[in-house]
Amino acid sequence: MSTIFRPYTPTSQRSDRSARDRLRHRQKIKETIRNNIGDILAEESIIGRDKDKIIKIPIRSIKEYRFIYGENSPGVAQGDGKQKPGDVVQKGSPGEQGVGQGGGDQPGVDAIETDVTLEELIAIMFDDLELPELEKKALRQVVSDDARKRKGLRHAGIRPRLDKKATAKNRIRRKLAVTGARGINFEEDEQRFPFHKDDMRYHHVVPTTREVSNAVIFCIMDTSGSMGTTKKYLARSFYFLLYQFVRQKYQNVEVVFIAHHTEAKEVTEEEFFHKVESGGTYISSGYRRALEIIEARYHPSLWNIYAFHCSDGDNFYSDNEKAVQAADELCKVCNLFGYGEIKPSGSAYYSGSMLEVFGQIKHENFQMVVIERKEDLWPSFKSFLTRDRSNSPVTGKEGATSEGATSATP
Amino acid sequence: MTASISELQKWEERIRELVHKFGLKCYPQEFEICDHNEMIGYMAYSGMPSHYAHWSYGKSYERQKTMYDYGVSGLPYEMVINSDPCVAYLMRDNTLLLQILTIAHVYGHNDFFANNFTFTSGTDARYTLEMFKNHGARIDSYIEDPSIGIELVEEAIDHAHAIQFQQSRNLAIKRLDIDSQRMRKWEKAQAPDDPYWEIHPKREYVAPELNKLPLEPEDNILSFIAEHNPYLPAWKRDVLRIVEAQTKYFIPQMETKIMNEGWASFWHYRIMNELALDQGLHLEFIVRHNQVLRPHPGSINPYHLGFVMWQDIERRWNEGRTGREYTDDSKSGATPGMEENDTPGRKKIFEVRESDRDTSFLRRFLTVDIMRELELFQHEKRGQDRVITKVSDEENWAEVKETLIKNVGTGSIPVIKIEDADFGSQRTLYLRHYHDGRDLLLEYAEHTLKHAKALWEREVVLETVLNSKRSLLKLAGDSLKVERL
Repeated sequence: MSTIFRPYTPTSQRSDRSARDRLRHRQKIKETIRNNIGDILAEESIIGRDKDKIIKIPIRSIKEYRFIYGENSPGVAQGDGKQKPGDVVQKGSPGEQGVGQGGGDQPGVDAIETDVTLEELIAIMFDDLELPELEKKALRQVVSDDARKRKGLRHAGIRPRLDKKATAKNRIRRKLAVTGARGINFEEDEQRFPFHKDDMRYHHVVPTTREVSNAVIFCIMDTSGSMGTTKKYLARSFYFLLYQFVRQKYQNVEVVFIAHHTEAKEVTEEEFFHKVESGGTYISSGYRRALEIIEARYHPSLWNIYAFHCSDGDNFYSDNEKAVQAADELCKVCNLFGYGEIKPSGSAYYSGSMLEVFGQIKHENFQMVVIERKEDLWPSFKSFLTRDRSNSPVTGKEGATSEGATSATP
Repeated sequence: MTASISELQKWEERIRELVHKFGLKCYPQEFEICDHNEMIGYMAYSGMPSHYAHWSYGKSYERQKTMYDYGVSGLPYEMVINSDPCVAYLMRDNTLLLQILTIAHVYGHNDFFANNFTFTSGTDARYTLEMFKNHGARIDSYIEDPSIGIELVEEAIDHAHAIQFQQSRNLAIKRLDIDSQRMRKWEKAQAPDDPYWEIHPKREYVAPELNKLPLEPEDNILSFIAEHNPYLPAWKRDVLRIVEAQTKYFIPQMETKIMNEGWASFWHYRIMNELALDQGLHLEFIVRHNQVLRPHPGSINPYHLGFVMWQDIERRWNEGRTGREYTDDSKSGATPGMEENDTPGRKKIFEVRESDRDTSFLRRFLTVDIMRELELFQHEKRGQDRVITKVSDEENWAEVKETLIKNVGTGSIPVIKIEDADFGSQRTLYLRHYHDGRDLLLEYAEHTLKHAKALWEREVVLETVLNSKRSLLKLAGDSLKVERL
């Protein structure tokens, strides 16, 4: 009996055995990403990336647990004759050699990298926000006057709105009726069968509202001497999330960067994040500048305005009154105005805080969050957006409604 | 350069002739040509195209593929399934020489599967493919059952996989049925036959506890749970049994990795030299052979170790340097002109390939000379790093060898048995880890206990030794509690 050789069949002709299991594995990974979206988004490598860029995010591979030996188990390996007792072999565990393949002895492989685009990540992150409800509230409906839409047909109308298809259909209908009733065959008799006034149909047009899809984000940051690199990084991350969120909603998004210490000026992104200035802090200066820019370039009836201010809360006492007043004005023109107090751990309770001062502001669209670590970013951001504005009129005084416990205002 | 089937057949015939000449006793062999993607798939499913579905195989596939795509690791030249007839996959894109080498290598594995006691006693090669197909179909039917569904089935398999290797390792040891176990226990409790009973004080008779569950510590955790958790639905019970049966199939392969790969390498080497290849092919053969059999400093290459040991056994028996193991007193060593198959060395290796597994193989035949040749050393964790603690010198070689033996095959899996299924009269499952100096990794132990608990549906506790103290691991809510005993 000769040995059987089965020839190769191209993959296209066989079923792909592993397809389902691969799919399930992918789904599991997506789930892991979803569960850790907060941590992932806070990664330095992601903040500030291009939206189409593929990023590799290290996620812990889904572990398959078994009883395995811990670190005090010795191993044996092969050397090249130079080894002597006391040499360091590896910082890992070469002990898990090839032997026992298939055995449950591979705790080593910990992280796997997955390729996702930022776009996908953001999609996941907004899934996480349970967006539909929020969407309505965060968007400003702006009625634009010249928006029209068709609505039904009418017998009378102006020529440009003639619905040719409906009109032609009516004529055919009438022609058939006439043919049947009178026995005239128009094709053979070569008689004309012209359009009649009753055939005519015109589009009816009604004025409608349209959401304006222009948005502008005001990133206002305290660049006084007390804002160190860590604080700036946290601020930047928050702006990044905000930008991604707004970009998701609007076609046309502009970003305005305002840096302030005792004076405020509009700066480029580069300067915004990297320039360190010294001096004291007048928060009101930043808000005033924003108000001026809004007046000059972004009229609230045409623009959705989001403003967010990051500071470490160290304001000159004398400025507090003015700051509250300016914030109040900003609230009136903005969709959402947020104040984030950045307090990396350690610095938290020694310096001043604006939380109490801003507590007086009673606008529904005013939000305050406290960010202490990068892990806080996502919860804070979520609470920033998901606070149910319709049910809590006195926003500033309410506790956080979402899980962003750290964002609770005093 | 890919070889045509007819060309392969021609070579295979020549190889098969040699296989018979050397006295290898193989199952009928079948070959299947596949491409690299399929090979990755076969690897993920341990060669079984009809393996049951579970996401972990998708994970394993992706990992293999990534490593292959990035050139981190190559693919094996071949994949052999322990079945009758024996099935092997050959990769289409391999060179002719690689195919020839692979075919020769495959016959080595085939012979090993067909004759080694771990395989012949633990698995039934005739039904391998059917078993996998059947299991796959059953799991699929549960997945498609609208009252069960993929989520539940996956979860059950997740749990089962966590404890799948907690079963008896030596499949040749038959299990006693419950009556014989009772009998044995009762006999043990009886007073031993004592001719001087008249002058000895009378021993108090302790009645044996014959209704305890389990009567003797039980190592097959999966089937024990399947049998003794009354609340499991029938399908889940079946899933547990399927996972256990499939694991059982793979245990002999884990238990004989070094012997098996060494044996196949030994024979491909022998056969290839006998084939009288032309120079070009022969040079390529030497290159490939050395690639496969090169030592892996920092770890152990089972191909290399096995190959060296088989050669050593044959040589020593032929030279009569058999030491303690030398029992055959009729001939000492091979006499010149003897038929190759009749030499004591050849006879010895055939005998060993039948009667040993890696642990016994290493214990009996790993000599200090080989250990020196391979520069085997022992490493242990010291602080952050792993540090070499012992090398194979005069004082320490025996200990290094002992450590190696502990680490091969199922030795790398902790021995854990069920001691009591009704601990504290609470139906708590009491597991005991048979500690041999190696502590458990707690993070993994915790999660594994959770998996076991999910199947047992009651508390599961584990007695073990941590930092030389007897401890009891318990799950308290979501976290692990360690109690000193």
